[in-house]
Amino acid sequence: MKLEIRDLRVSFGGRPVASVPELAVDGGEIVGLAGESGSGKSMTILAVLGLAETAGAAVSGSVRLDGQELVGLSGAGLRAIRGARIAAIFQSPSLAFNPVFRVGAIVSRALRQHGLSAAQARERADAAMRSVLLSPDLLSRYPAQLSGGQLQRVAIALALALRAEVLLADEPTSALDVTVQAEVLELLRELRDSRGMAILFVSHDLAVIAELCDRVAVMRAGQVVEQGPTGQVIAAPRHEYTRELLAAVPRLGS
Amino acid sequence: MTALLKKSPLITAGGLIALLIVLVALAAPLLAPYPPDAIHPEMALQAPSLHHLFGTDQVGRDVFSRVIYGARVSPLVALLVLLFACAVGIPLGVLAGYFGGAGDEIIMRVTDIFLAFPSLLLALAFAAVLPPSLTSLTIAITITWWPWYARLVRGQAASVAGRPYVEACRALGMPSWRILLRHVLPNSVTPVIVQVSLDFGGVILTASALSFLGLGAQDPTPDWGLMVAEGENYFTTQWWLVTFPGLAILVTALAFTLLGDGLRDVLDPRRVVLR
Repeated sequence: MKLEIRDLRVSFGGRPVASVPELAVDGGEIVGLAGESGSGKSMTILAVLGLAETAGAAVSGSVRLDGQELVGLSGAGLRAIRGARIAAIFQSPSLAFNPVFRVGAIVSRALRQHGLSAAQARERADAAMRSVLLSPDLLSRYPAQLSGGQLQRVAIALALALRAEVLLADEPTSALDVTVQAEVLELLRELRDSRGMAILFVSHDLAVIAELCDRVAVMRAGQVVEQGPTGQVIAAPRHEYTRELLAAVPRLGS
Repeated sequence: MTALLKKSPLITAGGLIALLIVLVALAAPLLAPYPPDAIHPEMALQAPSLHHLFGTDQVGRDVFSRVIYGARVSPLVALLVLLFACAVGIPLGVLAGYFGGAGDEIIMRVTDIFLAFPSLLLALAFAAVLPPSLTSLTIAITITWWPWYARLVRGQAASVAGRPYVEACRALGMPSWRILLRHVLPNSVTPVIVQVSLDFGGVILTASALSFLGLGAQDPTPDWGLMVAEGENYFTTQWWLVTFPGLAILVTALAFTLLGDGLRDVLDPRRVVLR
């Protein structure tokens, strides 16, 4: 397994906010993490990146990347892994880019942070932009000059350029309109199938998860209440809460 | 550069006047018709004329020459005060805002102590324990001025520290110092740029007030504030003593305010310029 989470507990001042007994994502697989707002999905993502502590939380348990333990790793050790091996994309692409810099500067800075020369960074960034079907020319624009969908694709391009093995996607399509959403989902499938990326896809939207993910874990109030292959969970939910979430998916004509 | 000037008439206007003030300060010996401290008691308190464009003061010094030389005094004090206040206030504010915790508490409580007193009174107290000179004046005002910038920046930095792009930087494995310098700092200082330009006039006024009380610039120094203070007694009959140095203060403060406003418009890429 590429990414293995075991007995992960995140708590604030002794109050648990997320507890994941077991969750694994393999290369070439998209695993969904579903649940309502405040159910601990994003905290789980932050804990995987080793960033929950900076938000003031206490983390215990185990997060392994290719068997290497990440919980308790030093700051420098984590920084070498963040971005380079585990990349993350976030809910609001327009807020995830510093408005002061051109997007190309942000992308190139991140690549150089992980040991590339300026020329190599340029080359990889251009190639990655093309593989997310954007013109490399857009790199010379400011974030405010790109649309949300374009920015989210730039964020994905950055993960590609960094050659990340694991992609944590925290509600990456929730702020986008439906057609752009479909494009981003298609792109994620593409990453899974052609690059063998391990993707942990966090969303409150079971419809999107049903469409995209190979397996799914459902969280509520900080606890994983149900997990299994997507088809099975959607077709025959065992937990009451999963049924509620499913019932909350709007359907055409109902 | 020219495109930038065309985009913002405010910068052009403010910048030109500010540039003019700097040039006047540099070229003061060439522009002034008389030495600023030449005393001619027989010509005291003469009204403006072709010989003395701005008239003469109570000891017969040429007010025009003194106003020109004054461009070397108050603006320099203001510049140094704001420079030092920023140099102390901005780093402390950014650190306090970004890291929070105990350091934040300590820095903010210290600023509270400074801000608890009226700034003029505090500057007065510091200036009083130092020997009266322009250096002491600069130090005294700086001590009362930096907490404002520390607070301003701290609030900004704290809000920037929670923005998604800072989180994204951490998720990319950026070290803290780089996030602080490249992301938090530039996004926190815009209000300081504006505040500094607005404060320019305020510092000149504070410096003048302290000079008036004998704690700053000493008499032969052609300080605008000192000139206003000295001319105050004659204001009802000899209006030029107060008016011309006063106008110099006004024009200087206005120029830097326009410059600051213009800079803010140009520096902030999010701001939409309507035409």
